[in-house]
Amino acid sequence: MKKVLLLVGLLLPVLAMANESVHLDHALIDPNNQASLQRGARTFVNYCLSCHSAAYMRYNRLKDIGLSDAEIKSNLMFAGEKVGDTMTVTMPKRDAKSWFGATPPDLSVQARAYANGPDWLYSYLRGFYRDDTRPTGWNNTVYDKVAMPHVLWQLQGEQTLKVQKIVDEHGHEVEKHTLVLTKPGVLEPAQYDAMVADLVNYLVFMGEPAKGLRLQLGLIVILFLGLLFIVAYYLKKEFWKDIH
Amino acid sequence: MANQQVDQGKRRFLIAATTAVGGVAAAAVAVPFISSMLPSERAKAAGAPVEADISKIESGAMITVEWRGKPVWLINRSQEMMAALVQHDDKLSDPKLEVTTQQPAYCQNASRSIKTNLMVLVGICTHLGCSPSPKLQAGNEMGADWPGGFFCPCHGSRFDLAGRVFKGSPAPINLVVPPHKYINDNLLLIGEDDKGAA
Amino acid sequence: MQKYLTGLLGWVDDRFPLTANWKAHLSEYYAPKNFNFWYFFGSLALLVLVLQIVTGIFLTMNYKPDAELAFASVEYIMRDVSWGWLIRYMHSTGASMFFVVVYLHMFRGLIYGSYRNPRELIWLFGVGIFLALMGEAFFGYLLPWGQMSYWGAQVIINLFTSIPFVGPDISLWLRGDYMVSDATLNRFFAFHVIALPLVLLGLVAAHIIALHEVGSNNPDGVEIKKHKDPETGIPLDGIPFHPYYTVKDIVGVSVFLIVFSAIIFFAPEMGGYFLEANNFIPADPLKTPSHIAPVWYFTPYYSILRAVPPIMNSQFPGVAAMGLSVVIFALLPWLDRSPVKSIRYRGPIYKVWLALFVVSFLILGYLGTEPSNVWGVFDPSTFMVGGADRATVVARIFTVVYFLFFILMPWYTSIDKTKPVPERVTG
Repeated sequence: MKKVLLLVGLLLPVLAMANESVHLDHALIDPNNQASLQRGARTFVNYCLSCHSAAYMRYNRLKDIGLSDAEIKSNLMFAGEKVGDTMTVTMPKRDAKSWFGATPPDLSVQARAYANGPDWLYSYLRGFYRDDTRPTGWNNTVYDKVAMPHVLWQLQGEQTLKVQKIVDEHGHEVEKHTLVLTKPGVLEPAQYDAMVADLVNYLVFMGEPAKGLRLQLGLIVILFLGLLFIVAYYLKKEFWKDIH
Repeated sequence: MANQQVDQGKRRFLIAATTAVGGVAAAAVAVPFISSMLPSERAKAAGAPVEADISKIESGAMITVEWRGKPVWLINRSQEMMAALVQHDDKLSDPKLEVTTQQPAYCQNASRSIKTNLMVLVGICTHLGCSPSPKLQAGNEMGADWPGGFFCPCHGSRFDLAGRVFKGSPAPINLVVPPHKYINDNLLLIGEDDKGAA
Repeated sequence: MQKYLTGLLGWVDDRFPLTANWKAHLSEYYAPKNFNFWYFFGSLALLVLVLQIVTGIFLTMNYKPDAELAFASVEYIMRDVSWGWLIRYMHSTGASMFFVVVYLHMFRGLIYGSYRNPRELIWLFGVGIFLALMGEAFFGYLLPWGQMSYWGAQVIINLFTSIPFVGPDISLWLRGDYMVSDATLNRFFAFHVIALPLVLLGLVAAHIIALHEVGSNNPDGVEIKKHKDPETGIPLDGIPFHPYYTVKDIVGVSVFLIVFSAIIFFAPEMGGYFLEANNFIPADPLKTPSHIAPVWYFTPYYSILRAVPPIMNSQFPGVAAMGLSVVIFALLPWLDRSPVKSIRYRGPIYKVWLALFVVSFLILGYLGTEPSNVWGVFDPSTFMVGGADRATVVARIFTVVYFLFFILMPWYTSIDKTKPVPERVTG
């Protein structure tokens, strides 16, 4: 039981270890761009959904990004599921753990799981580089020693990490990390970035499908409450004439 | 306190206006709460229309499929069964299908079906919701004048092979024919017709 | 029509004191006429309580208090239940807004001396409400079963471990397991949805009954009951709560609802302060997130916990200080020796102490949300504090100030120069 006590004592200083900040690139995404969301959805089911589930996301929710039941069924569903089903995977979790050393997380709400979700995902999916010390042969600048291999490598090509020692403006010697594309992929770098942005756009949509409605509704609700405020204000003013 | 005259009309108007705006707001807030108790997307997905292959049902036999957690009977009625159907109208409570809520308009006909032989019924008794047992063959343990049909074990309601209730049953009305349509000759879709999903 | 309604009312009144209660608490409850902005927060707290209960009931219809299902059932509410997302955001935003409103309500009591004789019991019931509310928030926070839920509960339950002798057994008993687990979730659910709400409702009723017994304080801190109309017996500075304060509170409510809706619809996470990113990851007993902090409304006390150094390898002093920092509010009626109640007539010494207290509360609150190295460390050569985390040293200073505000209160309130208090309310 002393150990539990120690744990509390230890947990407090653990807080001190947070905050090693990684530079994130800004993801330029537009939640109102349905074409981008649809491209992202396609990339998602083609590349992510073989290992990662999105078990809280129903296929027919894709109607919110402008797809019809028939389009969902013929373009985005590969097994004989119903459009009302959720995006599950057939890979058993235990197998996944033995293959990758970690169970691939469910991606339904992944975009909300980081303080800066979209930028994190955008940088992460573009941050893979060759590292022969890793079991998968890949490492990542955003997520060091990540268990996931670079699934999109044929599209992006291979990057390597170049470490330079430079002197910053304060006169301290720091390491500068840059990624260099050493073997080109099927896509040009700009095309790859755009594809990742679409995918991130989709992941953000999937994180909270009701967001579009929420934002639309908000203005109406607030305007209506503004009306309530106005009549209530005059009502109060009228009654309080009695007082002074 | 007030020396000046109180404008009662203005007060009444402002009270009415505030009550109205506040009332609309309260009613609008009630809508999400009430609709949250309707079937969720999960329930809707589970209750989605189901497909059934009818090519394997032998003449005179039936199969049961599940739709929205309820048994749906698909009965392939034989020539003799069809012939017997028209001979007991006087024993039925509603032979002419006057209670039109029990079947879609396209089944408002003598056989109560789209394809004359193939009967589609929700297998839930209209009395208190038990599932009647099939007694498809005429005669047998149901008595010599039994034309073939369904017998509810709970309270003894009796139905013919078109799901029509016999007089003297506790059940008041005929069994329900669910919305359905044929995708092709062999494939039936239950729970959806040309008007859309149920 | 009118005749029948009056008849019905008479029938009820013969059997239940409906009209009598309406008069006692609304139409003939005389409140001082000089209430200002600060007096909105009592009725707003009641509004939020009702909102939390209603949204909570509807969430309970779809939430599953089971470690295997809890996280998924919250996402089910957010996606599959129609309008579930709105009800959930109302509840999660309501939790934080409850504390916003209650803190402002308490601050009102502080500046106008609303805890002073004869209102000590109102204040004590209020402190009880505050404690129950903290419990309610703590138990409720485990229910989404995300990483923050899980590890937050783990750390807070382990705080009890540091109580000498019985601590470890208490923690074990609270969890019902060796780790926070399904058993813990299930009992927290029971506390959150039934036990504490009952306590809260009871205390709120007691709070209001006590208030209506002695009457409301006001920004001048004078007793309106001292000057009554000799004929009617109505306080000269009192006005009926209904309609005057009901119509005024509707204005307050509509402003509050605008702010509340703006958060729900445009920033339900409130930049990670109301809903934390880590809580969108399901609880994982094998992996602690790199930065755990309590929700913002607990952070001042959490900062105090961290600021007190372990003594003889025991965290107990920190835990005790944290507990004391909350409970000490209950002593205010007996610590304050000033001849006046309201800040309007207090002297400069009190005002300086109050300002220091508010600054301490805010800075401690901010530091509680951040890791203790947020401001880096002092240069090793610095006198006394070399090598220490800057934020920890600052938190220690303000922890001392926080407690001195209370401990020295009998002294500084009695020597302070006060201004003469008017006989009747002003303005």
